[in-house]
Parts: sequence; C-alpha cells; structure tokens
Amino acid sequence: MAEARQIAIDVRDAVKRYGDFTALKRISLSIHDNEFFTLLGPSGCGKTTLLRMIAGFEDVTEGGIFLYGKEIEDLPPNRRPVNTVFQNYALFPHMTVLENVMFPLEMLGKGREARARAGEMLELVQLSQFANRKPNQLSGGQQQRVALARALAPQPKVLLLDEPLSALDLKLRKAMQIELKHIQRETGITFIFVTHDQEEALTMSDRIAVMSAGELQQLGTPGEIYEYPRNMFVADFIGETNLLEVSVDAFAEGRAVCHLGGGHEMKVDAVEGIGVGSKVHLSVRPERLFLTDEKIDPDALHATVLENVFVGTNIMTIVDLDDGPNFTIRAANSDRGNARVFPEGSPVFVNGDRGAARLLVD
Amino acid sequence: MAGGAATGASVTTDTYAEARTWLLLPAWAVLGFFVLAPVGMMLVYSFLTKEFRGGVIWEFSLAAYDQFFFDRGLFGDEAPKIEWTYINIFWRSIWQAGLATVMSLLIGFPTAYFIATRPEKVRPIWVFLITIPYWVNLLIRTVSMKFLLRDNGPLNEFLMSVGVVSEPIHIINTNFAVQLGLFYSYLPFMVLPVYASVERYNFTLSEAAADLYASKWTTLRRVLLPTVKPGVIAGCILVFVPSLGSFLAPDLLGGAKNFMIGSLIEEQFKGSAGNWPFGAAAAMILLSMVLVILMVFARQQAKSGKEAG
Ligand SMILES: Nc1ncnc2c1ncn2[C@@H]1O[C@H](COP(=O)(O)OP(=O)(O)OP(=O)(O)O)[C@@H](O)[C@H]1O
Ligand SMILES: [Mg+2]
Repeated sequence: MAEARQIAIDVRDAVKRYGDFTALKRISLSIHDNEFFTLLGPSGCGKTTLLRMIAGFEDVTEGGIFLYGKEIEDLPPNRRPVNTVFQNYALFPHMTVLENVMFPLEMLGKGREARARAGEMLELVQLSQFANRKPNQLSGGQQQRVALARALAPQPKVLLLDEPLSALDLKLRKAMQIELKHIQRETGITFIFVTHDQEEALTMSDRIAVMSAGELQQLGTPGEIYEYPRNMFVADFIGETNLLEVSVDAFAEGRAVCHLGGGHEMKVDAVEGIGVGSKVHLSVRPERLFLTDEKIDPDALHATVLENVFVGTNIMTIVDLDDGPNFTIRAANSDRGNARVFPEGSPVFVNGDRGAARLLVD
Repeated sequence: MAGGAATGASVTTDTYAEARTWLLLPAWAVLGFFVLAPVGMMLVYSFLTKEFRGGVIWEFSLAAYDQFFFDRGLFGDEAPKIEWTYINIFWRSIWQAGLATVMSLLIGFPTAYFIATRPEKVRPIWVFLITIPYWVNLLIRTVSMKFLLRDNGPLNEFLMSVGVVSEPIHIINTNFAVQLGLFYSYLPFMVLPVYASVERYNFTLSEAAADLYASKWTTLRRVLLPTVKPGVIAGCILVFVPSLGSFLAPDLLGGAKNFMIGSLIEEQFKGSAGNWPFGAAAAMILLSMVLVILMVFARQQAKSGKEAG
C-alpha cells in the first residue's frame, strides 16, 4: 500500500558539511504524500540540519532534495511550497494573532481571502477568541497553535515541525500530540516532525527515521522500529531493552539457539546474515518477559530475584540468571494475568513470548 | 541564610521609599543645577530688555520675541509684518538636520545591521572601530573635514586624478557640506542605538518571514524594521536634536549663507554686538520645538507599546 503512494520529499545522498565537520553523512530517504513522518534521534544528530535543508535555510553540500520529483536546490525558502513550525514559534511580535496568520496569505497575493481563511485556521486550532491579541499575551501552548495555524494557512505541500512540543508541559504536550495528529489527518498535508522523544515518535508517526551522529540508523513504521530494531543504537534508543552479547550455537526450526553464558540458552527468530558461530547482540524487551515460580515452559531460564522497583504503572524486577547476565523484567501493576511480585532472593523462572528477543544485525 | 532572611523581612516598603528618595537626591541635584537652573535663567533673560554692549537690563519686555516674529520697519513704527529672516533660519535648520538624520539612517542602519550580524566575538571590535574617530575633539574633526572637502583639497585632487571630474567640485560653503558635517558629527548616535536593537532582534523571525513567502525586501519592511523601530527612533532623535542646534558644522563648512539656529544663538552672546534677550528667546523657541518633537515621538512609542504590551 505504501509503495503505491506518491513521494513528497526525496532526499538523495544528502551530505551536509560545516567546514570539516560533517553534520549529515549521506542520508537518503523518501517521505510519502500525506504521511506523518518523524525524524527521531538524540541531540546533535542532525535532525534540525536536515529540516533546514528541506526548508531552504541551509544549502546541501552534496546530493539533492526533490519535492514531488522536482529538484528544489535552487529555490530560496520563500519560493518553496514548504512551511515550518519553528521550535521557538517565531511569531511576529508586533502583529496580532490574526495578522500573523494572514501574513503568508498576503505574501502569496491572496490578500482578499486572507482574513476569512486566517479565521478558519484559528478555528481549526481553537484560538478564534484570541484573534486580536499580541503573541506575548498568549501562553506557550497557545503560541504554539498560532505558529501551527500560520504555517498551515497557505496550505503548504509539506509542513516541517522542529520539536514543536518541547517547550510544553507533559499534559499539554500529550493533548497537542493528539491534536497535531488530528490536524494532519484532517488537512492531508505531509508532516515532517522532529523530536528526540521516542515515545512521542511512536505515538504520532506513520513512519520514523531514527538518526544518530548524522547517519540514518533505521527507517520504518513504529511497530517495525520497536519490534525489529536493526542495531544496538535503535534497540537501546527506542523503549527499554536488555542488551546482551550472545553467540549463535545452532539453528533449529528456523530459530537461532543463542548462548547467553552460564549454560543458558534462548531460542530466537533467525535473521538473515547471522550464521552459526557469530557473536552478536540480542535485544530482549522487558515487558515481554514474565516470571513464574515453576518451570512450565521447557525453555524458561532459572534465575534469582535481585530487586523490585515500583514505577507506578509498572513493576520492574531485576533478576540474575545463575552464572549468567542480569535481566530486567517489566510487569503491569495489576492483579490480573501473570503479574506477580516475587520477593528479593527468591528463585524464579524467566519466560518470554516468541517475539521477546531479537537478534541485531549490526 | 537565616540572618539574611530576617534582615530582608525587616526592610519595609517605607524604608525602601525613604532610601530611594535619598539615593535619587544627587541625580536631582545635578539635574536641577545643570539643566533646570540654566533653562530657567534663559527663560527669564528672554523676557528682559537688552543692554547694548551685551548683557541685560532687568526690565520686563517682549521685545526679543517680537523681534523674532515681527518686522516693524527700521524705526519700529510701521505696522507689524511677519519677519521671515529668523523663521527661515529655523526652517533651514530643521531641513538640514532632517537631511543629516536621513543620511545617518541610510548609512547607519546597514552599518548597525552589519555589525549585529557578525560573530559575537568580533562585534565589540566593530563598535570600537566606529567610535575611534569620535575620540578626537569635534572642532578638530570639523576643521579637518573642511580641509578634506575644499576646492584644492585631497578629495577633489583624488577625483580629478582618477578622472571622475575635470574641475574641482565646490562642496565647502554649500548646504550639502553642512549636511555632510552634521551627518559625520553624529553618525555614532545613530549606529549605536540601532545596533543595540538589531542585536536583540531574533533572526529566526526573518527566517520565518522567508519561510512564509516574504521576499528579502518585504521581510525588512514588515518584520525587521517594525521590530527594531524603538532603536531607529532613538537614533533619529539623537542625531536630529543636536544637529538642529549645532553651530560648528554650519559655521565652518556652510559659511555665512548657510547659517543655522545654533550660529544665530551663538552670535547673540558673542562680544558686544550681541543681544542676550534675543539669543535667549531663540534658544527657548528651539527648546520648545525640540520638546514638541520629542513628545510626539513619545506619544507614538507609548501607543505602539500599548498595542504590543
Ligand atoms: N552552523 C553550524 N556550524 C557548525 N556546526 C553546526 C552548525 N549547525 C549545526 N552544527 C552541528 O551539526 C550537528 C547537528 O546539529 P543539529 O542542529 O541538526 O542537531 P539536532 O539533531 O537538531 O539536535 P537537537 O535535538 O539538539 O536540536 C551538531 O553537532 C551541531 O553542532
Ligand atoms: Mg534541533
């Protein structure tokens, strides 16, 4: 289904250098029409740089950027049908909210319909009653929504959002996440959203590009990225995980038998490119493990409880495999299902779902 | 910590108010002694009778103002007509100071913008470079300018040697020379406040404007200029007001024909040919004009401030 869709932004072998520092190392990615696409990565990985290159504020050192098949390198920012929601909002302080939203429409020579259209946009972000205020008379969340309305007003083909929610408190942030997603569906505009918050990325995106140190680490749907991380960086950055160094001993029924140390073995779905004898990394999601006091599953691993940590919705249990590595297990704080708290020092068995553990290719 | 908190609590609002009164006393004293007293003296003198060898006779008279605005003939017995001589000098002064202000703005704004967009570390160096010429006394600077601009001076020699002109161009003793002199005298008063406000300008606003389809020119006009307006207005006032009352540049560069208010006033107090009450009256008229201009600006500032606030 995704294959059939038109490509809105195509970044081809894009390199960005500042002097002899390389901020982006040959990035290629295609963003589909109508997609909610997220650039996710830690601070300094080059997310803003890539966004600014698409907006036209930075030139591309090597490679190219295509908008619906057309190279846009030579177009200055004011000629690109792409709008940005800036991290610090960048609202014009001397104009009212309404004038701010009307600004791009006036620039496009649509002065006549500007007022009506700006009014509609303010309605969309539920700020109609603040139309005549100045930006400094609004709260952070309201300013954020004005910035959004202003960027959406000229109906850009692509909307770029650079950590637009980072200045908001948690509650407002969650509300805005839902609202943004809603607006994206309603308008059908392609969103490129930048964040360093993996949870935010997983909640909102159709697809995510995980970046680190100027390189693309993995590109996929939230499910793919979470369930099938390609490498240590992605597995570690997205969600929580137990990262183990293992060696692949054998294959049985399409599953790789991994040796964890201390005589413990775990069967994991085989992955192309990993053969017998390879020393590789294994990612085991804590929420897909559970503890029992009897060995029901023949593959369960024997361990001792080291510590229980209460984190509200969850209880994290750290166990020590006898002569092997430690594991963190997360159980819902609930009386239903397998959730049961074992006291420190008690012997337990560690069980996992079939997809609990993934071999990391690189 | 506890001691500090206790002290803090014992300082009441009253104590602060009292402390403020005492702390402001020196400022009020200086202001009273050096500003209000001289202005008051001028005001009084402008209503006195002139003494022929300079000085005043302590007798109330409106003669000075009358002389400024009305022409009653050589012997003072004709029907009063409007006296244009002084009004024209005032008008010319406003015009000259206005043009000097416009020139300072046209040159000063790009300069300030240039400095404000340099890397943070080198900005103070640029500001320093701008102010260096002003370490030299204004009189000396104006005299050197006269030397530079004269018919067979370095500027004309240079222009002729590169073949731009075949005859020396007359700059000295023209209105233009006066404007140039005023412009040069007060340029930093334009550059510095404009620089201060452009430096505080959030350049993301320009990026946002470009992103929202504004051209460079529109961005300047609709986003940058309105945002840095307070600095521009301050710069204009700081150039216009001293230019208006200036007498060095008009005297040295403009010659007798291009007389300005400053020179008119100066002359009334020089030697025995002067007329103190008349000079004082002219100064009072100048002062009132400046105050009116400042009040109009202040009114506007307050209005736009209220809109933004
Ligand atoms: N103008 C510049 N000159 C030199 N280096 C730069 C410049 N702009 C960015 N960089 C460098 O490029 C790298 C990527 O910066 P970028 O702003 O894209 O990071 P980011 O992923 O957006 O990080 P954050 O989450 O902190 O915003 C950083 O190491 C940064 O120091
Ligand atoms: Mg960034």
